[in-house]
Amino acid sequence: MTDATLPPETAQPAAKTPMQPKSLYAIDDLTRKRNAAEKRFQAYGITAIGIGLFFLVVLAYAIISQGIPAFSRTVVEVEFTLTQAQYEEAEGTLFKTRAYEEIFIGALTGQLQDSGIETPVEPEAIERIVGKPGGTIREFFRENEDRLGEPVQFDLAASSRVDGYMSGRITRESMTDSRFLMKSDLDLVDNLVEAQVIKTVFNWPFITGADAGVDNAAAAGIGASVVGSFFMMLVVLFLSLPIGVAASIYLEEFAPQNRFTDLIEVNISNLAAVPSIVFGILGLAVFIQFMHLPQSAPLVGGLVLTLMTLPTIIISTRASLKAVPPSIRDAALGVGASKMQATFHHVLPLAMPGILTGTIIGLAQALGETAPLLLIGMVGFVARGYPEGFIEGFTEPNSAMPAQIYTWAARSDLAFTEKAWGGIVVLLIFLLSMNILAIILRRRFERRW
Amino acid sequence: MKFTTLVSATALAVASTAFVGAAQARDQVQVAGSSTVLPYASIVAEAFGENTDFPTPVVESGGSSAGLKRFCEGVGENTIDVANASRKIREKEIKACADAGVKDIIEVRIGYDGIVFASQKDGPAFTAFEPVDVFNALGAKVLKDGQIVDNPYNKWAEFNADLPDVDIAAFIPGTKHGTREVFEEKVLAVGCEESGALKAMIDGGMSEDDAEDACIAVRRDGKSVDIDGDYTETLARIDTNPNGIGVFGLAFYENNTDKLKVATMNEIAPSTETIASGEYPVSRPLYFYVKKAHIGVIPGLKEYAQFFIADEIAGPSGPLANYGLVSDPELAAVQASVANEETMQ
Repeated sequence: MTDATLPPETAQPAAKTPMQPKSLYAIDDLTRKRNAAEKRFQAYGITAIGIGLFFLVVLAYAIISQGIPAFSRTVVEVEFTLTQAQYEEAEGTLFKTRAYEEIFIGALTGQLQDSGIETPVEPEAIERIVGKPGGTIREFFRENEDRLGEPVQFDLAASSRVDGYMSGRITRESMTDSRFLMKSDLDLVDNLVEAQVIKTVFNWPFITGADAGVDNAAAAGIGASVVGSFFMMLVVLFLSLPIGVAASIYLEEFAPQNRFTDLIEVNISNLAAVPSIVFGILGLAVFIQFMHLPQSAPLVGGLVLTLMTLPTIIISTRASLKAVPPSIRDAALGVGASKMQATFHHVLPLAMPGILTGTIIGLAQALGETAPLLLIGMVGFVARGYPEGFIEGFTEPNSAMPAQIYTWAARSDLAFTEKAWGGIVVLLIFLLSMNILAIILRRRFERRW
Repeated sequence: MKFTTLVSATALAVASTAFVGAAQARDQVQVAGSSTVLPYASIVAEAFGENTDFPTPVVESGGSSAGLKRFCEGVGENTIDVANASRKIREKEIKACADAGVKDIIEVRIGYDGIVFASQKDGPAFTAFEPVDVFNALGAKVLKDGQIVDNPYNKWAEFNADLPDVDIAAFIPGTKHGTREVFEEKVLAVGCEESGALKAMIDGGMSEDDAEDACIAVRRDGKSVDIDGDYTETLARIDTNPNGIGVFGLAFYENNTDKLKVATMNEIAPSTETIASGEYPVSRPLYFYVKKAHIGVIPGLKEYAQFFIADEIAGPSGPLANYGLVSDPELAAVQASVANEETMQ
């Protein structure tokens, strides 16, 4: 090195700002900036979670607070005697349940007038309070003809308006006199509550019962449509799981990569995005009009929902098959297993947790679906009772939980809105138990490598 | 292998249920159609199941047109037996039915449904209401100072000083509802004629048909909102809008008198009595249509039809009237025609 060449070289670093020796603990600008960005990102994340949690809490609160009244019911507890003559006379009329109601209302009015209740007891008021007990009474005496002529203890559902008064939905201030309930009736109700004739009990009939007519909100229950949903889910599970898994194993493990399989793949992904109502139209045309399967049947509902669920299951199954490391397949093939043995003995068990998760997500989606059911006749007054047997469970007309909730929400008596919220609670419980089952199964299948 | 046995067992089970399902004869009456008739049909279906040995009929909703379309798909167990309708069957539909083999149709009129205007309980009172007012408030083109102009009104009081001085906000049934047709025919068209707009339009060079169509056109500037959902949706809109006025069925209003205040029409308040007597002008008949070919094939079909219109059910003191149906003064004639299975010509 010469002196002549030195100055320019030393001048260069001098021209730049000299790097000050710094402690690693002192934070420079760039690091500060990066740290701030990270903090900001974390704050965004927490805000997002917070917003999500907030809406979850609001939703849960709304559902539970509005759904709770559906789980209690108001009953009129009375002893009632029906004579053989009255029974025969009522059975001789066309509108038998109404005849029983008239006999019952007459008997109860007499009983109350004798019992010394302060408020005047009119048969019309009693009629507005007791609702429609005729069906229950007729059914009881038809099954127990030997009980005719002796006093029988009945727990009869009070009318939906009285139920609303007891649960706080209807108040003296907010209500107006109508032929469904008069303000003066409430005095009588108060007295009957004091006399322990009217009681609030847990609403088992809501959980176990079937749908009722629009003028009989107090008797409506979700049980029958839970059964409908259950049978639909059976069809969906037993069709979509084997078909979906078989399709994805073939596509993932065996199928050659060519234009045709690519086309199938693209179509499956597209199918997952098809609006569910389209499957309803398809179901109506193919299953009911072409194949002549029964209308409004859970079997058809299940078939339609299977079509809807298949893409979800195929996509998630393929993803979980892909996630199994190739080394597992190679090891199996290396010790002489056939391709099928390698897949079924080694790959599939490892992919099982993922497959189950996908299946449950698909089923949950299918469980909450209403739109396709509209077209195959499961919305309306359909869930009228329980199927008679296992096979009838698939073929007899029935509704499903979301369809039943939708139907109730549109009815004019606000007691049905309460039922709809209660139905949502039951639907969520059904969904949660399905998820818990999935978690348990997943834990049992889970293997590590 | 466990997996394959599971698959084959499943396939077998599903195939057998499908087969049994297809082979099984239908033993319950299948009904579909108008959502206005649905509440009445559900009351009757429940009572029919409780009072006879036949299974409870299935009643689906979906609307008059959809119901009649399914009704006209043909004859056989996989088609419906009864179509509910909030309007009379159209010529076009009768023809479609005949083309598909549904030739004998029994028409059953079950009673009348009143259409009412109602506003929020605590809101302003709409008492001096007439079809003219509704037309002036909601028509697309109205008559003002002798001229046909695009609807200029923003408040009710602008054209009728007796009405409240509040913004016009109306919630009327969407075009897919049968109620919309009645609203157009009995309110808008009548109001159009009474206000003189119809005459002015024809004098202005419009053909009569065009003028009639223009009469029932509804303004599209947001003051009138079409509700495609149920009355519960209209109620929800009224709940949040104190000045709003909505169109409801009489039964729905009567079930919600603690939330709604009814508007009078020509100073007549709607009730089952005023509608039956014809004093209250806005009402329409409700029908159901029975496939005669299914009588004797589907058990309980004729019995269901007869039960529906029996005095005990559809009469003035029956459960349908109690729910809000205006019973038919000529019920006896309807009963006779069902008993004789008289079909439409």
